Amino acid sequence: MELSEIGQRLDTLIAQPPAPEDAPELLSLGEKTLEHWVIAKGREPTDDLREGFRLLALHRQGADKDPSFNACRETCRELVYHYNLLTLPSEQGPSGQQARMMAMVANHLFLFISGKMETEQLGVFCCASKPLRETVDVKGNAH
Amino acid sequence: MKKSDKKEKYQEVAYYPGCALEGSGHAYNRSTKALGEKLGLKLKEVDNWNCCGAMEVKNIDPKLQTYLSSRVMSTAANKMKMDVVMAPCNGCYHNLKKAEYDLENDQDSRDVVDRLSKKAGHETYQAGQVETIHALDWVKDTIGEEGLKERVKNSLEGIKIANYYGCMYTRPRHIFPEKDAGPGSESTSKPHFMDDLLDAAGAENVDFPLKTACCGGAHTLSDSDTSTRLVSNILQTAEAAGAEVIATECPTCHSGLEMHQIRAEKTLGIKTNVKIIYFTQLLGMALGLKPKKVGLHENVSDSFDFVKKKGLA
Repeated sequence: MELSEIGQRLDTLIAQPPAPEDAPELLSLGEKTLEHWVIAKGREPTDDLREGFRLLALHRQGADKDPSFNACRETCRELVYHYNLLTLPSEQGPSGQQARMMAMVANHLFLFISGKMETEQLGVFCCASKPLRETVDVKGNAH
Repeated sequence: MKKSDKKEKYQEVAYYPGCALEGSGHAYNRSTKALGEKLGLKLKEVDNWNCCGAMEVKNIDPKLQTYLSSRVMSTAANKMKMDVVMAPCNGCYHNLKKAEYDLENDQDSRDVVDRLSKKAGHETYQAGQVETIHALDWVKDTIGEEGLKERVKNSLEGIKIANYYGCMYTRPRHIFPEKDAGPGSESTSKPHFMDDLLDAAGAENVDFPLKTACCGGAHTLSDSDTSTRLVSNILQTAEAAGAEVIATECPTCHSGLEMHQIRAEKTLGIKTNVKIIYFTQLLGMALGLKPKKVGLHENVSDSFDFVKKKGLA
């Protein structure tokens, strides 16, 4: 899923507005957004879990040697928190408001990462990232 | 340190406003001073203070930033004989804390700071000479919630507030050893000091999930569109959470929210009505200070009608 498609899907979900059943998709969109960052940094996105969530493992991977990326750490944790609110059994049950908040948090993660990729000139979002292109170019030149 | 010790220690502090509070954040400067005066707390401005190094110097030469911040602390400690520096700006607060950490843990930083201090002709700052605190610590540990409740004249009752702390108040964790230190301490993942103080003044804090989210402040000039999109999402989320006001405690965050609120309407067509007000302004008005006394007229966004409607003017 391209980064721009993630943004479009989030816009659609927010406009609907989102329902509690959308929680798994919102979490997945967060993971996909982080994957773009990790790939742009020239690494293979991890499938590991951290505290039970791939999202947190991906964030940790993305922040490796780049402490400024921790500016979205709490955003990732809020996403997980809202996922838990919406999916774990509770007396009150999940609410539309919680789903709306989760979508806004997912959107913030998307905006932060897409903006950061732009300011760090890590690539055009509809195709491969700059480091990947550079790798390809180097290989191409070698031939 | 015990809470009672802090209460005593923070009654009189060296005040380091920093560059932003001399300019775009002057309302924060004015309201912090007015609040201190109202609460009987003394602020002694650091003599001939300099820039903390901000983001610009830190990105190019982190050790020079450490020196610049250390000079502020050296002046407070060695010239003014103060043992606490209060910095209301998140950037300054963060940088002084970082300098403290570096000087405690890194010999190279100590060497650079010593060399530059000698060259500049002042005493070298030694780690531990002063304690750097934020304006939130200052009010929380001296007056506290109970003290505020006793002093409130115009309750903030009926005002729904989203508290926005920004990303530098708690990050990185290791330079804030006093946070996450058990009951009563500030949390780095879910900060609450501003929530506690405004709640004591009668406000209704809403559940706001982006209280430490990045507002794109560092890119506000180099990539305004990114900042506008991030700020717009923060403002829309605050409104979706039911907030009428976003309370701030950093001049960079505050002016970013205000300016990109206007820009979002112009460039993205997204209009939000949430008011952006410093926590010191809200507390000052709750204690009976007039809006102008806390610099409401210096904010970019106009909140006069709102505070009048809420009985604060």
